Formats: sequence, structure tokens, C-alpha cells
Amino acid sequence: MVDSPSVAVGTVSRGRAGIEVRLEDLRRSYVGVSALNGLSLTLAPGELVALLGPSGCGKTTAMRLVAGLEVADSGRVVIGGKDVTNVPASKRDVGMVFQAYSLFPHMTAWQNVAFGLQMRKVSAIQRRQRAGEMLELVGLSGFADRFAHQLSGGQQQRVALARALAIQPKVLLLDEPLSALDAKVRARLRDEIRRVQLDVGITTLFVTHDQEEALAIADRVGVMRAGHLEQLGPPTTIYSRPATPFVAEFVGLSNRLPGVVRRGSVEVRGALLPLVQPDAADGPAVALIRPEAVTIASDGQAATGLLVGTVIATAFLGATSRVTVDLGDVTVLAQLATSEATAYPAGTRVRVALRPDPVLIARDEATVERA
Amino acid sequence: MTRARRLRLRVFRVIVLVLGGAFFLIPIGAMFEFSTRGNGVGAPRTLVAWTTIVTYPDLLGAIRDSLGLAAITSVAMLVLLLPTMIWVRLRLPRLKRIIEFICLLPLTIPAIVLVVGLSPVYRWMAINLVDTIFLLSFAYVILVLPYAYRALDAGLSGIDVKTLSEAARSLGAGWGTVMFRIIAPNMSGALLNACLLSVALVLGEFTFANLLSYLNLQVEIFQLGLANAGTSIAVSVASLLFAFLLLMVLSFAGAARRARRMRRA
Repeated sequence: MVDSPSVAVGTVSRGRAGIEVRLEDLRRSYVGVSALNGLSLTLAPGELVALLGPSGCGKTTAMRLVAGLEVADSGRVVIGGKDVTNVPASKRDVGMVFQAYSLFPHMTAWQNVAFGLQMRKVSAIQRRQRAGEMLELVGLSGFADRFAHQLSGGQQQRVALARALAIQPKVLLLDEPLSALDAKVRARLRDEIRRVQLDVGITTLFVTHDQEEALAIADRVGVMRAGHLEQLGPPTTIYSRPATPFVAEFVGLSNRLPGVVRRGSVEVRGALLPLVQPDAADGPAVALIRPEAVTIASDGQAATGLLVGTVIATAFLGATSRVTVDLGDVTVLAQLATSEATAYPAGTRVRVALRPDPVLIARDEATVERA
Repeated sequence: MTRARRLRLRVFRVIVLVLGGAFFLIPIGAMFEFSTRGNGVGAPRTLVAWTTIVTYPDLLGAIRDSLGLAAITSVAMLVLLLPTMIWVRLRLPRLKRIIEFICLLPLTIPAIVLVVGLSPVYRWMAINLVDTIFLLSFAYVILVLPYAYRALDAGLSGIDVKTLSEAARSLGAGWGTVMFRIIAPNMSGALLNACLLSVALVLGEFTFANLLSYLNLQVEIFQLGLANAGTSIAVSVASLLFAFLLLMVLSFAGAARRARRMRRA
């Protein structure tokens, strides 16, 4: 899940240098409901930042403010040092790929790609040439004369990407461009988008609710919740060092095991685990533990104790499998290599061990309640 | 489906077609028959009534005026309605119900009431502006609103107006370009329908013109009927056939365009 391309923050590749994009204290509310509560975010030149969050967290609003499709109540959008907060969408020089298929149905693929150039009064010859180059960049040279309805969903989104990039925008905005596609196409197009983005070296904001997608594609991931950034950091940090229980639970699966905090560590069913937040106050809490941090041993046959249980189900995920173990009062998920997991069919008595990775605790009423 | 059932269905279809066809064709046939009767009992068939159409000076003028009115009304209706409806859809969705209500209102008001309300306006326009039959297109735009609104609304619902216009704007298109080069071409069928309904309505309009004392095609046919029944019926048949023809040409043109687009790809 965390096999994201290891690209340094702010990578500028062989394309032209990207441009810095700054969102400064953006606020936006709709009829009394606030969608953005002072979002500040700076995208380094050429960087791809993914905004990740559940629906209604304000990620799409943030993107639409950058595109100029909506007006902020307050705050600024600065693109390449220039304040564009009051510049209309048509003059902002941003390329955008939408969630829904947005190709103009009455135009062929190349006419779609050339449309933005036509708006910029580029000569017909240059238009044709540039549109051809862009289609080649997304691997659709042979499809120039097709209409949208003659292209597959993935192809349509690739044309949309070519169209957005043809105008050489300062920023590329991707609004859940993969959400309408099936899983296989989605993964392939995701890598394709990343390749093209690195190729062109364009600063990119990618909005998604799919954590796997965000972690795989982005230089940095911003997890959003209720109109603000909960955490912003490289994918590996987001995954392995979530700053808040919300991030821990939204990104990846977590086991929720009740425990007691004592002097900077938490005791969960007899195991003592270090804390991500060592200054947490003592008292009962819920520890959030990744399935990968749970290991299983087969010597549970005779053993007793708090971490002994019965395998009740195994979900085969390919190279790994997810094993559900019933510990009596709670169940835990353990993610193991499939070869290992086959040793524990349902019904096997096993002993569970928790790897002493730093864990996060949740304490608010609602979360403790659910645990 | 069993064979017997399929057969029954086919018979049923033929019956419906024949009955429907008879309903439309018998009156037209009868009108044609009447318009070719000679004067007096046992007189031979003659096309005099038909040839009078071209030689009757007022009639040709009325036909020209009605066609002009149809064209002006269609264009004015589109110019007024299309941008409004797109704008409401994109920016002021709360107003949609109100716009719909206003557009459907003319259906509920009898023509005679509209004319009574409009006649002072027309008198004023005739005195202070210019007295021409083409002023009628103001009233006709109101008259065609309900039909045109329905047709255009169906067309707009068929496309993702919001995404298309946002995509176009982010590519640098202004609002005019969005409307005329992005939205309109993708609802050409609906535009055609709206125009077709407007044209048909205007060509058949009698009440407004008659009560406001303008001589359009229908008023002329009516007056001609008082003087020369044969010619008035001939003109009626001709205008019906003309409307059919127009309808067919327009819808075939639409179909041909779609087919060409498919082929080209």
C-alpha cells in the first residue's frame, strides 16, 4: 500500500520548472455551512500534492477555489507569486481534469485538446501540431479523430488530461479523475498521470477520497477533515506516523484495542507499546494498531492469556492475507504474507503478538464508545 | 414471444397506423377535393383555386410576413431563452422553478385576455415606433415560451452543462463561447425542436393578428375564405403541407448530421 514512487518533495524533472502555488487561509461557506475553515497550503514548484478526505471535507471546494470556479469568502490564492484570487477561471491558466467525463461531445479528441489553444488564438497549424504532441504524450496518437462516445472511460480521461496540459497551464488540478473508472484501469491511469506530471514538471493538486491512490501518486498528502488540514506530509509519514486518530483511521485499516496509558506508553492486553504522542495523559484510551503490526504464532494451543484467540476468517489479498482473530471480547486483524497465513486456517488457536511500533491513541468519547 | 402474439401485435399496429393516418389524411384529402371542384354542378375538376394563390397579391405578402414572423420569433425566443436557462442552471438554480412558472404561464392565459392586455402596448408602439406586422413577434415570443421552454429544458437535461462549461472556462473560454460553441452544439436537437414548435405555432396563429388588426397568413386565409372558398381551402392545404415539409426537412437534416458525424469518426 505504501509503495509510492520515492520522489523527493518539489521534484522538478526534465520539463520546464513548475510554479509555486499558495493557498492562504481560504474560507468558504455555503448557506451557513462552512466547507473550508482557513485552509493554508503551499505547493512547491513541480510538486504533486494530494488532498485526501471523506466526502464533504472541503477538498473539492479547495480545488475549485484554485481553479476560480468558486469565490472564496476570504483568503488568497497565489499562483507563481501573483495573487489570482479575483481573476476569473478563464484567465487563470490552470488545467483541470474533472471527475465526470468532461470532453466536449461534439468535438473529436484532437479538437478537444486544441480547444484551449484556439481560445488563446494559437494558429491552426501550431494547434494541430501541439494537440498531436499532447495526444502522443498520453499515448492516444491513433485516436485523434474519435469522438468521446467512441473512447473508453480511461481514454476519455487521458484525452481530458492532454486537453488540460495543452494550454501549458501553471497548475494542474485533478478532481478525482479516476473515480469513475474500474479498478484495473484506475491503477494504470494513476501511474500514467504521475509519469506525465513528472515529465511536464507541473505543480499539481490532486483531489481524491481514495487513500491508496493518494499515497501512491503524491509527493505529499494532505488529509482533510471538516474544512481543515488534519495532517500534511509525505505518504510514508502519513501512513506510519499519523498525527491524529482520524488520519490513522482514514488512511489504512486500524485495529482499535482498549488499553491504559501509563508514563508515555500504552498497555494493551498485557503488551506495552510506545506512544506516538509520549506526553499523553495517563488513563484509559483506545490504541490504534495497524494490521501489519500484528503477528501470529501457532503455539497458542495450550497457552492462555489476553492475546490468545481463534482464527475466524482469512481474506486473501494476493501477496498478503488478512487474518481475523477472535480474542474473546474483541477481534483483531493481522496482515501476513499469504504463505504464512495458510498455516492458520479458521478455527486454529493462535497467540497474537503486537509489534512494539509507536501507536496512536484515541480518547474522544465517540471513538472510545465505538471501541 | 409466440408467433400468434407477434402477429396480433402487427395487426394491432397496422390498425392504429391506418386509423391515425385516416384521421389526418381524410380531412386534408377532402380539403384538396373541395379546392379542385369546378364552379357549378357537373363542372370538370380545375386547379384555378390553386393558381389563384400565386396571382393573388395580398396572399403572397401574407405568406412572406408569416414566414418572417416565424423566423424572427424563433431567433428572438432562442436569444431570450437559451442564455437565461443556461445561466439559471449554472448560477441560480433556485430560480429554476420561478422561470419555469413564468414560461408556462402563457398556456394558462387565454389568447383573448393576452390581446386585451397587450393592445394598449401595441397601439403605443404603432404610434410612437413603427407600425409593422413584425411587431407581432413580441407577442409571439410570449406565446411560444411554454413549448420552447419544455423543448430546451429537455435538451439541457441531456448534457452535463455544469461540467462542460467549467471545462471550457478553465480552458480560457468566456461565457459567450461556452454558450454558443460548447452548450448549443450539444443540444442541437432540442434547439431544432424549439424552433420547429415556434414556427408551427406562428404559421398557424390567428387570434393575435386578427384582434390586433394585422394581416398574417391565417387572417388572410380567413378573409379569402369569405370571398373565395376554393382558394382559401387551397391555401390551407398548402400551408399544412408546407408545415409538414418543413418539419420533415428539419428532422431529416438533424438525422443526417448525426449520421455524418458517426461516419466521419
